[in-house]
Amino acid sequence: MDYKNIQTICPYCGCGCALNLEVIDGEIVGVLPANDHPVSQGSLCIKGWNAHAFVGHEDRLKKPLIRKNGQLEEVSWNEALKLVAKNLGSIQKKHGADSIGVLTSAKCTNEENYLLQKFARAVIGTNNVDHCARL
Amino acid sequence: MTNSIPEFEDADCVLITGSNTSEAHPLISTRIMRAKAKGAKIVVVDPRTTQMSLLANLHLKQQPGSDVAWINGMMNVIINEGLADDVFIEKRTEGFDELKAAVAEFTPEYVEEISGIPAYDLVAAAKMYAEADAASIVYSMGITQHITGVDNVLSCANLAMLTGNMGRPSTGVNPLRGQNNVQGACDMGGLPNVYPGYQKVSDPDIQAKFEKAWGIRTENGGRKTGSGLLSPVTGLSDKVGLTVTEMVELAGSGEVKTLYIMGENPLMADADINHAKKCLKNLDFLVVQDIFLTETAEIADVVLPGASFAEKDGTFTATDRRVQLVNQAIEPVGESKADWEIINMLAKEMGASGFDFSSPEEIMAEIAALTPIYGGYSYERLKNGNVLQWPCPDAEHPGTPYLHKDKFSRGLGKFHGIEYKAPAESADDDYPLTLTTGRIMFHFHTGTMSRRAEKLNKEVPEAYVEIHPEDAIKVGINGHKRVTVSSRRGEIELATRVTDRIKPGVVFIPFHFAEAAANALTNSAFDPVAKIPEYKVCAVKIQTTADPVLEVCNESYKSKN
Ligand code: SF4
Repeated sequence: MDYKNIQTICPYCGCGCALNLEVIDGEIVGVLPANDHPVSQGSLCIKGWNAHAFVGHEDRLKKPLIRKNGQLEEVSWNEALKLVAKNLGSIQKKHGADSIGVLTSAKCTNEENYLLQKFARAVIGTNNVDHCARL
Repeated sequence: MTNSIPEFEDADCVLITGSNTSEAHPLISTRIMRAKAKGAKIVVVDPRTTQMSLLANLHLKQQPGSDVAWINGMMNVIINEGLADDVFIEKRTEGFDELKAAVAEFTPEYVEEISGIPAYDLVAAAKMYAEADAASIVYSMGITQHITGVDNVLSCANLAMLTGNMGRPSTGVNPLRGQNNVQGACDMGGLPNVYPGYQKVSDPDIQAKFEKAWGIRTENGGRKTGSGLLSPVTGLSDKVGLTVTEMVELAGSGEVKTLYIMGENPLMADADINHAKKCLKNLDFLVVQDIFLTETAEIADVVLPGASFAEKDGTFTATDRRVQLVNQAIEPVGESKADWEIINMLAKEMGASGFDFSSPEEIMAEIAALTPIYGGYSYERLKNGNVLQWPCPDAEHPGTPYLHKDKFSRGLGKFHGIEYKAPAESADDDYPLTLTTGRIMFHFHTGTMSRRAEKLNKEVPEAYVEIHPEDAIKVGINGHKRVTVSSRRGEIELATRVTDRIKPGVVFIPFHFAEAAANALTNSAFDPVAKIPEYKVCAVKIQTTADPVLEVCNESYKSKN
């Protein structure tokens, strides 16, 4: 049995509490608060204590999906990425970069947000970049 | 936030408005409760009774949409009672005369007419706030989600500056961000007008810096060309882009052809979702990258499976500008991939250079090189458990626990005289009640994550509307458990909770539930500057829903009498 304790940050609210994910054999089995963290100081709210609960939910998407004949069907990464690249490219060529919009995410990391806005601005060529924080 | 979460504990007064702190930001409310235990005064301004309002020294129940009025009213009292901080105003600010003129008419009596807050309560609250040595303002979406959202925020800043509550520990204006990395998404340039670090897209020097760094111009000023799939980007655009609200609108009219959405669910979060759905369905091509098949992903053409927070490395930035490491605990579920990897792969597929990152740590190095407020961050420093709040411009900088210490970023702090404007939609004969929406403790935002967490969903499994007993009698709820709430835009059916937690004339619906989505009712009229829809105020009516059991009872009762 392999037991690990990984300190990370709660995915729920902006307090940014640190928490420890307890991992046994590659599966998260529980959450423990982090004692030495300046905000959480060894406690968590009910959302933090359940931070891992949705991670292993059966509804998690496990493969890329493409709509075929009106239905979303599982496909390979290669097929999905080729299609996205081809369509983004042809729409950008035909209708211009500003016909494309990109939403970054208040739930993704800084690095991911950085990369997606870089993609929108440097590859597509548009400043149509926003996220749902106002909502 | 101008200040840090731990500082709340040492405030002498905390003014909370538009934030249900104990439910939406539990561990911030803990700090405020500690402050109270140490003798701080707590003032809550909110149309609903909340846990915080119960422990507050004063609870002012304002009519939704009247925030500019009561804040101007507090400033009117503070100026007239001689409680303004003249030294701070003199040394650190400009525009005081404009402010003074603008608030002159907002006497407590006039404010009572607009907001329903008793004049003597307003005076008491103004004194409590202004007489404290260190007073902190806390607000959340209750302040920003109005057509006057920007005015509301400026009003809070006016109030803090007027009393010198800026640039010191335990003071300031502290917006609490709802989702865990809203702060980071903004900091990283997830906005139509700025690059990372709030550097303007319209500034030619900034544009040149990013063109060089991103390989769009070569060292000697030449322009690079791209590969065949796209028209190559030969210079970064200096045109401010579209906001999410505009993107959705223009998708409807056909000008926007494609949306690429990472980890967002605008079909639940957007105001007036029926309309938003129609707009998004009109797109030529919709790509959604997410961990679940959200309402938005369901109508997408391509759905890419992202990895959850537990399956990747990276950083999140908390609401007090604290950048912290996220560490991978397990492998991604199924074939899902971290969002940064997906973007890397897609960019390469499109023939773009500059997307060869092998780890988030490498991406952070690029962020630090291009973003002055993040200039001092590296995984090395963060790993050592350092608490580093931006601005943190270089590798030696200790970070910034509170902003505006000796000067404001623009130099002098500017007072803005703000006029009161009524909400876009007010209750009338057809729609006699005012709806306000919000969060509850056990769920998170559109419910995608929390409603799949069994323990959280069990606490509050279904949607409900809170209604005051007086209004419940008028509507004739009388035993009916379910009602239909309708506005000019849509209707939903849901359970009722009759409670005097809410102000008469106002009803409250939490927005986490897809099957009775409050945002089917809300108004998409938005603030002209910030473009935030007015979620917090719209006019609705309530009708009872036919209840078979109740009808049988009534029938048999009638037949017997
Ligand atoms: S544990 Fe609770 S208070 Fe802390 S970040 Fe998570 S949701 Fe927020």
